[in-house]
Amino acid sequence: MATAQGDTSARTSQTKRPRRARGPATPALSPAAAHDLDLLRQMLLIRRFEERCVELYSAAAIRGFVHLYIGEEAVAVGVHQTLSEQDAVVSTYREHGHALARGVPPEAVMAEMYGKATGCSHGRGGSMHLFDAGRRFYGGNAIVGGGLPLAAGLALADRMRGDSRVTCCFFGDGAFAEGEFHETANLAALWGLPVLFVCENNLYAMGTALAREHAQTDLAMRAASYGMAAWAVDGMDVHAVEKAARGAVESIRAGNGPHFLEMRTYRFRAHSMYDPDRYRPKDEIEEWKKHDPVTGLAEGMRKAGFLDTDAQEALGHEVMEAIDRAVRAAEQAPEEPTEDLLLHVTGRHEEVPS
Amino acid sequence: MSTRTRPRAHPDDGTTTFREALREGLREALASDDRVFLMGEDVGRYGGCFGVSLGLLEEFGPDRVRDTPLSESAFVGAGIGAALAGMRPVVEIMTVNFSLLALDQILNNAATLRHMSGGQLGVPLVIRMTTGAGRQLAAQHSHSLEGWYAHIPGLRVLAPATIDDARHLLSAALTDPDPVLLFEHGSLYNAAGTLDPAVHEVDLDRAAVRRAGDDVTVVAYGGCVPKALEAAEELAGAGISAEVVDLRSLRPLDDATIVGSVRRTHRAVVVDEGWRSGSLSAEIESRICEQVFFDLDAPVERVCSAEVPIPYARRLEEAALPQPAGIVAAARRAVS
Repeated sequence: MATAQGDTSARTSQTKRPRRARGPATPALSPAAAHDLDLLRQMLLIRRFEERCVELYSAAAIRGFVHLYIGEEAVAVGVHQTLSEQDAVVSTYREHGHALARGVPPEAVMAEMYGKATGCSHGRGGSMHLFDAGRRFYGGNAIVGGGLPLAAGLALADRMRGDSRVTCCFFGDGAFAEGEFHETANLAALWGLPVLFVCENNLYAMGTALAREHAQTDLAMRAASYGMAAWAVDGMDVHAVEKAARGAVESIRAGNGPHFLEMRTYRFRAHSMYDPDRYRPKDEIEEWKKHDPVTGLAEGMRKAGFLDTDAQEALGHEVMEAIDRAVRAAEQAPEEPTEDLLLHVTGRHEEVPS
Repeated sequence: MSTRTRPRAHPDDGTTTFREALREGLREALASDDRVFLMGEDVGRYGGCFGVSLGLLEEFGPDRVRDTPLSESAFVGAGIGAALAGMRPVVEIMTVNFSLLALDQILNNAATLRHMSGGQLGVPLVIRMTTGAGRQLAAQHSHSLEGWYAHIPGLRVLAPATIDDARHLLSAALTDPDPVLLFEHGSLYNAAGTLDPAVHEVDLDRAAVRRAGDDVTVVAYGGCVPKALEAAEELAGAGISAEVVDLRSLRPLDDATIVGSVRRTHRAVVVDEGWRSGSLSAEIESRICEQVFFDLDAPVERVCSAEVPIPYARRLEEAALPQPAGIVAAARRAVS
């Protein structure tokens, strides 16, 4: 059972707290140090959460297709620093990181992986279909490119109502080859819709390398041809991601239409838990691991005097405790009863969310 | 039937065309609910590729009568997104053949998001499109694929056949919390008739008995309803009393009205402009057999399109489609 207490504790681990009662040795952190610690906490949560997913998948506790975000954490965390609760997020099937960065409780995400009633999609979605309407997190889309038109529509609704909200749409370099990207980019630019396109270019569309799927591999340049501001960002550097996203979001809110960010990133793991990863040179993977966004941030913080060994260990413990709680809660949560199989197919006897 | 391609008012005789009735439904929806807007290819300045939305741009402005690029997937998906955000979009796709370019959005998103999100999301979206043959437009503008859509859980599928339904189905569809597909048969746009002043709303869940009869039930929908009524008239001349059931809703199907009629007549003919194999007619025949098998006095008959891409030449096209003569012949076999 997902108790209220469980939810609260999960939320606590995601809540921004510049000053903490325990943990870091420095009693009063500077705003910059506190912010970095918060970034590190969020990225570490995603990293450790997914490492636990690997273990749980190997133990057959969770099933289905599971796509890991390990290596790409800086993108989700950096971008989310710039979004408000009123903004909307549309994601992909590699979306554990996006969901956690959005503030979906680890309990709810983990329970969904277990297919439990307390999961954030009540066990109907699994790893690829995480949803949280209250946080305006619109999934969790396993059709490559399928979420892009939705983002345009969410933004269109805001535009028509005069709301200054932004819709952030994550997708990959694979989706850039889909017609839905090009149709949506054109539509959003044509109508000046408040969409932030975040292309997570991890260099592989499943097993197909960027240069084997695109005649022109400069994605930002191609996006710019639709008449929107577009640029490439070091997606392994959370500060660079946050800075770029903040500039783009501010410009979108100012009424300058859609913006496109090509986040140059890399996944350290295979495409999914099914993937033997035969298509990437091992030395390429090792080279990218030298740019690990999590350890990179931690090292930078140590050099700046923002982090010492005690604080880093305390942070590690805090994150692991949050994940342990999520796993325990998921294991203990009830299954969806099969009597409820046909629920949520139509809303004619259900309350319509608006 | 009129050969006009553009709608006109009929101040003299008080009649309304199917096209004008659809437009009046759209106008009413736009006027009564700020959340409603119309979006699609050439719905604004052109007036709709079949003239349905003529004049609405001038009345409601370009924000609410919104011309789109030729990007079916993007503007249908944008309709889904806007519906998720609380709007009530009406999206027009020129023809059902073109809707296949948006099939991913319709099936994988519109029909699926509610369930996949555990009931958190709803997609109150109406998608209108033309369907059917009879105008010599050949295979890429003439097919009847609404039966495919009727296969999909999470969608409601409607097919108006009368002036009153054309007038009132849209406002009913807009009250539905889920995606509704509205199939307008191209051969009906110019059909003229008189709106019934007593009808103000349509029950989406119920099929309608368009002609009462005792000897055989003819089940039809959309563009085949006038053909079924014509056949029933001819059958009456031969002393056979046919009841014509207009499905109106293809998903969900109103089993009660269909089998209730067959239980009385003991014979059924199902008319479907879709191809016979794997068709909606097959589903209806199955339901009749499952539910009233022992009430049947004859095998259920089906009148469907020939299993061929719809051809251009008039004689070939007519031969490919269900026609009143074929319905009469099927009914005669059933009652013999």
